[in-house]
Amino acid sequence: MKTNGHKPASMAVQLPKCPTGIQGLDEITGGGLPRGRPTLVCGGAGCGKTLFAAEFLVRGATQFDEPGVFMSFEETGAELKANVASLGFDLAGLMRRKKILLEHVHIERSEIHETGEYDLEGLFVRLNLAIDSIGAKRVVLDTLEALFAGLPNEAILRAELRRLFRWLKDKGVTAVITAERGREQLTRHGLEEYVSDCVILLDHRVNDQIATRHLRVVKYRGALHGTNEFPFLIGDKGLSVLPITSLSLNHEVSNARIATGIPRLDAMLGGKGFFRGSSILLTGTPGTGKTIISANFAQAAARRGERVLFFSFEESPHQIIRNMHSIGLRLEPLVKSGLLRFHSARPSLYGLEMHLATMFKEISAFQPRVVIIDPITSLMDSGTDSETKGMVTRLIDYLKAGQITSLFTSLTQGGHTLQQSEAAMSSLMDSWILLQDFEGNGERNRVLYVLKARGMAHSNQIREFLISNRGVDLVDAYIGASGVLTGSARAAQNSLEKAAVLAGQQEAAQLKREVERKRTALERQISGLRADYETEAVELRRIAEQVGTQTRLLSTERTELGRLRQADVSVAAGAHRKFKPKIGKL
Amino acid sequence: MKTKTVKRNSVPAGSKPDKLWQLRLYVAGQTPKSLTAFANLKKICENHLKGRYRIEVIDLLEQPQLSKGDQIVAIPTLVRKLPVPVRKIIGDLSDTERVLVGLDLRQAA
Repeated sequence: MKTNGHKPASMAVQLPKCPTGIQGLDEITGGGLPRGRPTLVCGGAGCGKTLFAAEFLVRGATQFDEPGVFMSFEETGAELKANVASLGFDLAGLMRRKKILLEHVHIERSEIHETGEYDLEGLFVRLNLAIDSIGAKRVVLDTLEALFAGLPNEAILRAELRRLFRWLKDKGVTAVITAERGREQLTRHGLEEYVSDCVILLDHRVNDQIATRHLRVVKYRGALHGTNEFPFLIGDKGLSVLPITSLSLNHEVSNARIATGIPRLDAMLGGKGFFRGSSILLTGTPGTGKTIISANFAQAAARRGERVLFFSFEESPHQIIRNMHSIGLRLEPLVKSGLLRFHSARPSLYGLEMHLATMFKEISAFQPRVVIIDPITSLMDSGTDSETKGMVTRLIDYLKAGQITSLFTSLTQGGHTLQQSEAAMSSLMDSWILLQDFEGNGERNRVLYVLKARGMAHSNQIREFLISNRGVDLVDAYIGASGVLTGSARAAQNSLEKAAVLAGQQEAAQLKREVERKRTALERQISGLRADYETEAVELRRIAEQVGTQTRLLSTERTELGRLRQADVSVAAGAHRKFKPKIGKL
Repeated sequence: MKTKTVKRNSVPAGSKPDKLWQLRLYVAGQTPKSLTAFANLKKICENHLKGRYRIEVIDLLEQPQLSKGDQIVAIPTLVRKLPVPVRKIIGDLSDTERVLVGLDLRQAA
C-alpha cells in the first residue's frame, strides 16, 4: 500500500483532496488532506494542534464553503473562541452564520460511575446532530484522548473509537483528529492504529534556546507528499508552513530599474541601478558602510515617492537617523512623511518563525516597494543554517511575488571574504555587492565591488568607497604596477605621479635647452670655421693673384726678351727644326 | 430488608429522605442494552426508592438535541438530576452495588 505513494502521478485517479487553506500545507500534501477521511494530527503540548484544527475549519468555512463542526473535549466554546481570535479568526461570526458549530463535550471522571456495558452512542448522536444541523463537510475532534481520561473501560473505548472512525468515513466528512504525542508511539493512546489514511506530526523544539515549530507528514496513504520536516509559524493570520523545497519560481519580473542613490554605483550597474523587484545582498565586514548604502538606497526610493520599510536588527530607528544625519542624509522628513518606516527588533527577541511572521505582517500592512533588512545575519543566529536559508527563501519569494525590491545586508567576519552561509544565501540573490576593508599604511579604507548582478552589464572594477560628512562617493581606486591603492596611498600615488610628470616636463625642457645650446655651439663653430676659411681663402686668393701677376710679368718679360731676341728665337727655332733632319741624315 | 436498606442509607447521605428523586435515563433506540438498563433501574428504584422517584427516559434517536444538556457521551447514561449534586452513571446498570454507590444510596465499601 505504501508504495502507492511513490508511483508517478500517471496513475489516472488521485485521491480526492480537501484543501486546508493553511499556507504551505496544501503544497506539501499536493492539495490538502484526504477528502472524506480522518486525518490524525499529533504533537506534544503547545505545538499548535488545536490551532491547526481550528484553522482547517475556519478556512474551510470561509474559503471553500465547507461548514465544519468543532467538537472540543478540552476547551469550552468561550475559551476556544478567545484562543482562535488571536489568529484573526472570527469564530463567533462564523457560528452565527451557521458555518461553524462548536460542540463542547465535557467528561468529568469524578461524576461518572461505570456500571456494566455501554457504548458511545451518545457521542455519535451528538456528532451526527451537529453535522446534520449545518450540513458540515469538516469535523474536528480535539482531542479525542480526553475520552481515555474520562472513561475507564479502555476495551469499550477502543472498540467505539474504531467504530467512530468508520462512521466518520461513512458520513463522508473530512475529519481532523488531534492527539497527544506518545512516548514511544505517535500518540499516547495509539490512535494512529485507527487512523490509517493521513498522519501529521507537529513538533515544537528548542534549538539554542530558540523554539521553532516543525510539521511533518508522517503518512499519507495513496498520495505523494513531502516527507521532510517543515518549519511552520503561528502568526496572526494563522498557520504558515514553509515548504522550502516546493517553492515554485514563477513570479513575474520587471524590467524597470531603480537608482541606488549613489550615482557612481548606478554607473557600475549598467548605468541604471538595480532591477525593480530584485533581491540584493550587501556583504561586508563591520564598519564598511552597509547601513549607509542601505540608507542611501532607502532615501533614493523614498524621494521617488515609494514606500520603504527598513527592518533594523542592530540599531534603533533614532540611532540610524542620527547616524545618517552625520553624513548628510536627512531621513527624518521621510519618516515624517510616512514614506519611510523603521521596524527595529532585537534578533534574540523571538524565534525565526516569529521574526518572519512579524516581517510578513509589517510588509502586508505597509505595502512597501522597497524592503531593507539590516542585517540578515543577525537573524541567522536565531536558527540553524537550513532554517535561516529556508526563511530567507521564503521571504525573498514573498517579496518577489509582490515585486518588492529587497536589500539584505550581511555581516561577514574579518579575515573571511566569503562565508559558507553567504555563499549559500547568495544563490538566492540577484545582485551581490561586496564591501571590504583595505588595510595598509596604518589606515583602513573601504572598497566596493559588484560581485554579481543578474541580467545586467556591470562593472568588474574595484571602487573606493568614501564616506564624508557630505555623503558617500565612489572613486576609482588606483590600479597600477604596485597593485590596488586606496586612501592616502592612492592620494600619495597621485601626487607622486604628478611629481613625476613635472619632473619629466622639466627634463624635457632641459634637454630642449641643451639641444638648443649644442646647436648654437655648433653654429658658432661653423661660423668660426667659416671665418677661418674666409681668411685663408682671402690669403690664398691674394697669393694666387700674386702668383698670377708674377707669371704674367714673367711671360711679359720673356716676350720682351724674346722680342728682343727675336732672331735668336727664329734661329733657334730653325736650328732646332733643322737639327732633327740633320740628325736623321746622320 | 430492602426498605431497611433505604432507610439506613438514605439518611446518612445528607439528602432529605422524603424528597423526590428525579432520574433521567438516556438511551438510543430500543437496544438490548437500553432495555436492560431500564429494567435494572426500575428494579433498583423499586427496591430502594419506592414511591420517591421519577424516571424519565430520553431516546436520543428521537430527541438528539437533548444530548447536549447533560453532556451525554456514553449510552446508556443515568443522570441523577435530583437530589443535587448531579451524578452520572453509565452502563446498563447491571452492577447493582456500583449503581447504589453511584447514586449515593450506599457508601462505597
